[in-house]
Amino acid sequence: MYQYDQYDQAMVDARVEEFRDQARRRLEGKLTEDQFKPLRLMNGLYLQLHAYMLRVAIPYGTLNSRQMTALGDIADKYDRGYGHFTTRQNIQYNWIKLEDAADILADLAKVEMHAIQTSGNCIRNISSDHFAGATFDELVDPRPYAELLRQWSSFHPEFTYLPRKFKICVIASERDRAAMRLHDIGIQIVKNEAGEIGARFFVGGGMGRTPMIAPMIRNFVPLDQLITYAEACLRVYNRYGRRDNKYKARIKILVHELGKEEYTRQVEEEFAHMLDIGVEPPREELARIAEHFADPTFEYGPKTVDRSDPDFALWVDRNTHRHKHDSYVSAVISLKPVGGIPGDATGEQMRLMAQLAKRYSFDEIRIMHTQNVVLPHVQIVNLPALWSELDAAGLGAPNMDTIEDMIACPGLDYCALANARSIPLAQRISEAFDASGKTEKLGELKLKISGCINACGHHHAGHIGILGVDKKGVENYQLSLGGSEAEDVSLAKITGPGFTEDGVIEAVEKVTDVYLARKEGEERFLDTYRRIGMEPFKEALYG
Amino acid sequence: MDNPLGTSPDEVQFRFREDEVADHATVTVDSCCDQTNATAVRIEPGDDARVLLPFLDRLALVEVNFPGFADGRGYSAARILREAGYTGELRAVGDVLIDQLSHMRRCGFDAFAPDKPLDEEDAARAFATWGNVYQRADDTSGGRRKTIAELRHD
Repeated sequence: MYQYDQYDQAMVDARVEEFRDQARRRLEGKLTEDQFKPLRLMNGLYLQLHAYMLRVAIPYGTLNSRQMTALGDIADKYDRGYGHFTTRQNIQYNWIKLEDAADILADLAKVEMHAIQTSGNCIRNISSDHFAGATFDELVDPRPYAELLRQWSSFHPEFTYLPRKFKICVIASERDRAAMRLHDIGIQIVKNEAGEIGARFFVGGGMGRTPMIAPMIRNFVPLDQLITYAEACLRVYNRYGRRDNKYKARIKILVHELGKEEYTRQVEEEFAHMLDIGVEPPREELARIAEHFADPTFEYGPKTVDRSDPDFALWVDRNTHRHKHDSYVSAVISLKPVGGIPGDATGEQMRLMAQLAKRYSFDEIRIMHTQNVVLPHVQIVNLPALWSELDAAGLGAPNMDTIEDMIACPGLDYCALANARSIPLAQRISEAFDASGKTEKLGELKLKISGCINACGHHHAGHIGILGVDKKGVENYQLSLGGSEAEDVSLAKITGPGFTEDGVIEAVEKVTDVYLARKEGEERFLDTYRRIGMEPFKEALYG
Repeated sequence: MDNPLGTSPDEVQFRFREDEVADHATVTVDSCCDQTNATAVRIEPGDDARVLLPFLDRLALVEVNFPGFADGRGYSAARILREAGYTGELRAVGDVLIDQLSHMRRCGFDAFAPDKPLDEEDAARAFATWGNVYQRADDTSGGRRKTIAELRHD
């Protein structure tokens, strides 16, 4: 994976010093809170309901065991012994003291990590496929391009005060495991008819209160123009994105209001101009970065494993993903134990995952946007040993992509924006489905819960989505069906009037019963919904 | 000179140019396009800097106004002017604060007239924040400064 050189390290160190100085000026009263707020946000520091929250960047979700160990140590030293992995492949600490923030950033810098641009109206952490560099179905490893974009977007002098936050995702396979088209810019690395590798640009997607699927604006950008094209997309947005209303300030609104054709025309014009000016890094830089992502030395070994333990066999079936080398798999560590808080891990668990990565996965770890952890390169022969250690530490839940593997935002338990709680609802749903034994029958079913309209829990993209709203001071939950963040991307539709907390759990039961009764062949919940439409589900809910 | 629109030379706190600060009558972007003798213009956030491109030869001062520091349109305006070859003074005016100075400088601003004077020491530190830089911008044009990627492959 990528390692900092002296330049990268100096940039991160400079940022820590800059932030220390900003905090000092804030304390001395030289900065007002209004002036300080965007600065602390650009260093990942939010003020939540009960305390400060620090969001640490995990670029394209990749980290090594030393970094994961440091994250665990920070949880113990500065938080309450745990951290929360997020849908941006980052980690958040929810109980941070402002006076500790600069020290935490310094601890992070020691292991080549930071909290730069994890919030604020700037280009955020670049996300990617959590199986990048390991999966059987990718064209190339997308991470070198993500790293090139990371460097370009870090402290970008022109794009630090954008109309609104800006999220970029890079994938390199037809399967979309990163919600690519629900990003401000989604980049798919593709091969053209001439056999050359390039970038396909989708611009103007997003969730939030106005969910939109990004349209494709360029089929193929040559790799030595990737940064230039991104810069053109951003400049048009920086100049013309709306600034009069923060709810209409994301690029999706600009693309929608201008129309895809007009936005594209403006980008192409800017792009042609920038090609003349020359903003692309030298070509050798991409080659230098790519060397960091060379495959580890895979060894041939057994391709099958003793499956006589049914619990182990179930975990293998559910939680492993096919690797490009047939003696290996990618193993998913579920952070969704039954009744647990989705995405939470204790400091101790983080250190254990770090050790296991070192022992079994060439020192590599990935964070999934579904709030789980991946050991990308596990030799098949090592799966039983890995599983028994995970299981003993409460990390062996065999539920990837099932209804128990739900995304939930922090909700009203932490977040100042939330209207309703998400976490207790997630806990109760996983308990209910585990108890009834229906999880297995339902197969792949993506349930996503947001505690407010900002949609951090991706409810628009859930096969089943739940949105918490405030109804005259009482928490109320709207149910929606038919969303997908994958290559078959779609936005979920609301079923009808909302439910109480108990009512929405019952409603989820009902819609899954409709699916089980109407399912044909190998259909997933989503497939059945798409075939039979909303009516049968409505009938069961409100009829 | 009655000059209600622009800043005066006295208000310029930081300047990275050798030439004399001239006192110009500053006009709006619209007026600048109509008045063939205007030598100083003020760009507001909603203005399109590109409409000035035909007149760059006669301009000695372009002020870019930041009514609020969080509105980043002025950064693009500055780069557009520099990319088009504008060599006159490019002055950031308005809600210009310590923590925006280094990025403004990178985008081509070479004079700063903040609404409220800034602490000199804090400003000096801010201008020197980045020993090296990742991106190409105005400060890397014409070989004045190498980006990190260029230094790596020197």
